[in-house]
Amino acid sequence: MKNEITCPRIVEIKNTKIEAKNIKTIFFNFPSKNIIPGQFLMIWIPGLDEIPMSVSYISDREIGFTFRKVGEATRALYDLKKRDKIGVRGPYGNGFTIKGEKILVVGGGTGIATLAPLIEKILSTKKRRVTVIFGVKTKDELFFTRRFRNIDLKISTDDGSIGFKGVASELAEKIINNEDFDQVITCGPEKMMKKIVDICNSRKIPVQASLERYIKCGIGLCGQCCIGEGLRVCKDGPVFEGDTLAKIPEFGYFKRDASGRKIKI
Amino acid sequence: MKNDEIDTSTRLSTLVLKNPFMLASGIMDEDAGSMIRIAKNGAAAIITKSIGTKQREGYANPTIVEVDCGIINSMGLPNPGIEAYGEEIKLVKKKTSIPIIGSIFGRDEKEFCLLAKKMETYGADAVELNLSCPHAKGYGLEIGSNPEKVGNIVASVKSSISIPLLVKLSPNVTDIVEIAKTAEKNGADIITAVNSVKAMKIDIETGLPVLSNKIGGYSGRAIKPIGVRCVYEISKEVDIPVVGVGGILTAEDAIEYFMAGASAVQIGSAVYYRGVEVFKKLNNELKEWMKRHGYRKLLDIIGLAQKNRRG
Ligand SMILES: Cc1cc2nc3c(=O)[nH]c(=O)nc-3n(C[C@H](O)[C@H](O)[C@H](O)COP(=O)(O)OP(=O)(O)OC[C@H]3O[C@@H](n4cnc5c(N)ncnc54)[C@H](O)[C@@H]3O)c2cc1C
Ligand SMILES: Cc1cc2nc3c(=O)[nH]c(=O)nc-3n(C[C@H](O)[C@H](O)[C@H](O)COP(=O)(O)O)c2cc1C
Ligand code: FES
Repeated sequence: MKNEITCPRIVEIKNTKIEAKNIKTIFFNFPSKNIIPGQFLMIWIPGLDEIPMSVSYISDREIGFTFRKVGEATRALYDLKKRDKIGVRGPYGNGFTIKGEKILVVGGGTGIATLAPLIEKILSTKKRRVTVIFGVKTKDELFFTRRFRNIDLKISTDDGSIGFKGVASELAEKIINNEDFDQVITCGPEKMMKKIVDICNSRKIPVQASLERYIKCGIGLCGQCCIGEGLRVCKDGPVFEGDTLAKIPEFGYFKRDASGRKIKI
Repeated sequence: MKNDEIDTSTRLSTLVLKNPFMLASGIMDEDAGSMIRIAKNGAAAIITKSIGTKQREGYANPTIVEVDCGIINSMGLPNPGIEAYGEEIKLVKKKTSIPIIGSIFGRDEKEFCLLAKKMETYGADAVELNLSCPHAKGYGLEIGSNPEKVGNIVASVKSSISIPLLVKLSPNVTDIVEIAKTAEKNGADIITAVNSVKAMKIDIETGLPVLSNKIGGYSGRAIKPIGVRCVYEISKEVDIPVVGVGGILTAEDAIEYFMAGASAVQIGSAVYYRGVEVFKKLNNELKEWMKRHGYRKLLDIIGLAQKNRRG
């Protein structure tokens, strides 16, 4: 039996929450038992578009996704209110696999949303410890900083308005130089992830990164999201191991638009 | 009889296939990397994504929806354009040894000829004309349902290339046999039947069609009996080889097509239902079935239902 729902299920929005400037969460009821942190949903805005969104909150019945307003579809989602309806299918993709006890999590921008349920899962086992870096452009874009207890949270901003001044990968490198980790997990801008994966690969630290590509079918059929030797971001990913990424020449350099044409990252 | 004594190889005109399972157009074949993966998983040949003269993004999402017994898609022929596609074909040709068949779609003879010639120059082993996409305005089925247009396009493409020419047909016509015969008469080397079947899904909570293009093409289990019927009717009337496609998930499904007269089959939606490994699985299942039934050669099964028919 399949775990996922493959025809959009219409759900009513239970609640919405503004997390930061232009960043919002939408909550609704959806089967959550089998959702693995790092998996994503296809969100149908009836009559407009259908776009991929990571699950950012997982509880017994209610789940949520957290997004930044960037274009037409996310703008329409941003304007939705309690009791409005959206279509949801999924969960899709593989999700993260936690390895070891001492873990470094590095999130950039909305990548933080993807990592949030992972951080909760790491914390659900007592003996595990987690260091978290949230990197954003400026202070106003920070969110989820008060969501977790018992984490060692570090913040980086490009403009230095709070925390470390610089990009998250620079801060990550400093921390990796001083402490040993069993695993590093990252989600955010691809250039940032590429730096982190390179650092970890060269030091033989297990690393996982969650990638974004243009998604159409979401079920591994159409080939729109393929990278490397036919790896489907929607099905074989979106989370890939460092050694797999080392063999994907376009990682950090180019992606494909909706027509399949290569574009620079 | 051991599995390796069973011969599942087949031929389509001058194309030699190590087994009868080819990748259908539009499934994991927009870039070289995907096609290399499919080749490594045992496909005997690959039909590329249908490529047009210009870059096209395709329709807005939702472009696909799963329904009972199948999938409805309305991708809208997204493709990077023939100029950009050259590097993909060249790379697959370098990294694989199976036939690579370039699928193309155009508005008229001129566009089809240009595309076919490009595919040949890039190194494609054959060309498949998409005269059957059920959901793209001005292309595919809109051309492929008109015998006169089919005849003209097939004849002019045939005279502009020297590699084998496949013509892919739609079941959404009054008489698919007439179209197949027209294609044969004008120089088609192989007929592919069928493309997806026009279909629609409406969400009853919102009262809206799910697909942004509203109408799409139905593929998967539900359309197998339609495809088998088309292959049976066409094989009866043409002398060129026919390739069966539509709803093949297991070797038994493929065997129905072989018995109807198909010399090979294409696999699409089963990549979703059974994974990328589906090609190897199908060939093993086919050999097992042939062993159980005492067949040594695939050629002994092809057209069996035609031979057995009365009247
Ligand atoms: C697996 C996955 C998980 C994601 N999770 C989140 C998340 O948790 N939070 C969040 O804010 N964003 C997430 N995104 C990104 C999000 O899907 C895009 O921001 C959104 O699609 C933009 O749509 P738009 O119409 O508002 O913007 P547009 O103006 O259409 O596009 C803005 C950018 O989004 C990209 N985009 C548009 N449509 C798609 C599509 N169908 N698939 C992939 N990218 C697309 C465009 O290529 C462009 O780079 C995720 C993407 C993927 C692939
Ligand atoms: C997502 C998707 C995209 C497709 N794109 C094309 C295409 O570009 N050109 C084409 O000739 N057929 C295309 N098809 C049709 C398939 O090649 C095939 O004819 C059809 O899916 C029936 O086979 P199946 O039941 O094995 O999937 C597409 C089918 C699907 C599901
Ligand atoms: S989006 Fe279709 S294969 Fe990934």
